Amino acid sequence: MKAAGSMQGKLGLGVALTAVAGAAHALAEPWQLNMTPGVTQTSREVYDLHMWGLYVCIAIGVVVFGAMIVAMVKFRKSKGAVPATWSHNTVAETIWTIVPILILVALAWPATNIMIKMAYTEQSDMTVKITGYQWKWGYDYLNVGEKPYHVHFISRIDPRSDRTRELRSGQDPWAVKDKDYQGVERNTYLLDVDHPLVLPTDTKIRFVVTGDDVIHAWWVPQLGWKQDAIPGIINDDWTSIHEPGIYRGQCAELCGQDHGFMPIVVKAVPKAEFTKWLDEQEALATKADAPAASPTAAPSAP
Amino acid sequence: MTTHATAHHDDHHDDKPHGFLHRWVYSTNHKDIGTLYLIFAFIMVCVGAAFSGVIRTELMKPGLQFVQPYFFNEMTTMHGLVMIFGAIMPSFVGLANWMIPMMIGAPDMALPRMNNWSFWILPFAFFLLLSTLFIPGGAPAGGWTMYPPLSIQGGDSVALMVFSIHLMGISSIMGAINIIATILNMRAPGMDLLKMPVFVWSWLITAFLLIAVMPVLAGAVTMLLTDRYFGTSFFNAAGGGDPVMYQHIFWFFGHPEVYIMILPAFGIISEIVPTFSRKPLFGYQAMVYALASIAFLSFIVWGHHMFTVGMPLGGELYFMYATMLIAIPTGVKVFNWVSTMWGGSMTFEAPMLWAIAFIVLFTIGGFSGVMLALVPADFQYQDTYFVVAHFHYVLVTGALFAIIGAIYYWWPKWTGRMYNETWAKVHFWWSAVFVNVLFFPQHFLGLAGMPRRIPDYNVAFADWNLVSTIGAYGMYLTPFMFFFILWHSKKHGAPAAARAWEGAHGLEWTVPSPAPFHTFSTPPVIHDEDLAHGDVSH
Repeated sequence: MKAAGSMQGKLGLGVALTAVAGAAHALAEPWQLNMTPGVTQTSREVYDLHMWGLYVCIAIGVVVFGAMIVAMVKFRKSKGAVPATWSHNTVAETIWTIVPILILVALAWPATNIMIKMAYTEQSDMTVKITGYQWKWGYDYLNVGEKPYHVHFISRIDPRSDRTRELRSGQDPWAVKDKDYQGVERNTYLLDVDHPLVLPTDTKIRFVVTGDDVIHAWWVPQLGWKQDAIPGIINDDWTSIHEPGIYRGQCAELCGQDHGFMPIVVKAVPKAEFTKWLDEQEALATKADAPAASPTAAPSAP
Repeated sequence: MTTHATAHHDDHHDDKPHGFLHRWVYSTNHKDIGTLYLIFAFIMVCVGAAFSGVIRTELMKPGLQFVQPYFFNEMTTMHGLVMIFGAIMPSFVGLANWMIPMMIGAPDMALPRMNNWSFWILPFAFFLLLSTLFIPGGAPAGGWTMYPPLSIQGGDSVALMVFSIHLMGISSIMGAINIIATILNMRAPGMDLLKMPVFVWSWLITAFLLIAVMPVLAGAVTMLLTDRYFGTSFFNAAGGGDPVMYQHIFWFFGHPEVYIMILPAFGIISEIVPTFSRKPLFGYQAMVYALASIAFLSFIVWGHHMFTVGMPLGGELYFMYATMLIAIPTGVKVFNWVSTMWGGSMTFEAPMLWAIAFIVLFTIGGFSGVMLALVPADFQYQDTYFVVAHFHYVLVTGALFAIIGAIYYWWPKWTGRMYNETWAKVHFWWSAVFVNVLFFPQHFLGLAGMPRRIPDYNVAFADWNLVSTIGAYGMYLTPFMFFFILWHSKKHGAPAAARAWEGAHGLEWTVPSPAPFHTFSTPPVIHDEDLAHGDVSH
């Protein structure tokens, strides 16, 4: 936190870009050039680190490419340049070995701080299990605080996107639209699902991530990370979303023919609304006697 | 005089074998085998480019217009395998075959018959691999990285792919043994290790990397084979195995493999830049040590390919720090190339243009590499088009540009004819523009959130994908340009002098152009001023 804070101070431009880009956009914009800062503290720190790395690279690039351009203009045979015969310079070589080390430390320091915070999944308020299947996502709400839940559902690509994405379907990807959280119509082609993952805002949510068949990766860019969903392995992550909204992502690890067609939608709602929704789902889930029947218990929208 | 004596001596028994079979199939001549490698690589570049043509055409606009998603995955997989193992690696081996004996004053490779076998295994390896396109179940579709469990869900393409990789591995290992044996045993008297051209150094180090890691790859794919056909569970969680273990093994091969594809390019650039700057390479020994450091580091950074698999925090921190260290020797190389240019007397013939483009564009690939090393940022970049842009900058504008530069550079030596400089400049500028139109927007796509290896995407990604596809179509003209320029030169090019480039140093320029069929049958008497680096004091 400290590192990121001081970094933001150093990176006035980064902050300005952050404001312009607007954290609330859950979808990429046409011609978008850069990462967006996202909607969690983590994602903003990751974004600042990304911008810090980018500025460092641009600065080095200006120096190195600038020197090349000067050399190419000044030391041309056509301008009568006579070649020098020197071929080493201990001072220069020492400088350009030491200076990069300092630059790397300046990059690694904030990265390390962010990593330590991202890895700390303890003291969470609730736990959701994410399972990757070929080619859909399974979500289990395991507990909120001390209270266990039994809500489970499968989240698939929405039928309109699914029809449109068929080979030579004749349907227009631009026509697949849905209202976003603010009620504005936006294109959701391949980025919409039948049942979104509903989460509360301002809550530390722990995810346990696994795969059922092959390796998938659960990625919502606005949350600031992705995690591989691997059969036989359980990984854990956490997030705490600040702004209510609909945040969209996709599977990010090649998982077979429909890898491109297993989107992720997170619907972040205020805590009270979430609790009401979850309790309704819990009632539905526990009403069904056989646990095997629960996967088909589709949640209703909150 | 050395040149004259050598030429005369060689002419005396310049007995090229007669007949196609004897000349090419039975060949034990390093120059002919080098040519075979380069022709093979050129064909494979065209095949790999055709696969990418399917990919870029399908990605031109949203919606699926041309191919089914599974076939798309076959194309991405085959594009990767063919370009890496069929195009880039054989090109470098071809250049090594042609140039290393001539650069160190050796009559041929140390093991000429094995050299023949190293090459002639390759067409069979790629016959196996490419035949999978025509078998039931199609070609491998699990990505060139072949991650299980997905990669072994395929049909019998799994077996053919594994056997083909075994063959490629045998070919590479034999080639590497041959190169090491040649460099360590066959240097002419006076060619001390620290007087060797940097290209030879780069290949000596690369050959050790090959010997170290190709068996690891062979082992990994063999375990895939037994998991698929013989009921083992190396990578099957249900049987007590671990899918992540495959990734550790694969990338223990895979990261040195990345440097196998770039170290010889560093060597090439270190030959071309001093020649056209008319100034000795800056910091020769630092360049050699940098190559060795990069090679060493390549063995201890594999985890940065798999930051998202859920390694413990300590492991991720270690791999991040170790990876960032690579920037230091790589930086030394770039700074030294620029310092070589500084104070020189530069001309900009085609090889130099490709070398300068290499330095700029490879450095851009290095920058995105540094960004990718930052673990939290990598959590966003991993498996997106940002990564695709990164590795195409280091492999296309890096490795491939260096190879093209090397071919223009040594072509007069090989054929005795100059190419047409104007057309070569058109070829260069056309490539330099379109390769950036092709790959630079992929950075934007990745940062905006487009995953790699998907056949279709949201409309927000449509514009940059269209731009990228236009760039790709521009690039598809370049193999034809290159072929035409070289063919024209072979038929009608102006005769080349022995020292084809004014500022060129090194033993290869002391023999006539075209180089006789046998060179240095008796070891040359080396004059230090003939060498690019005749002074071992620094």
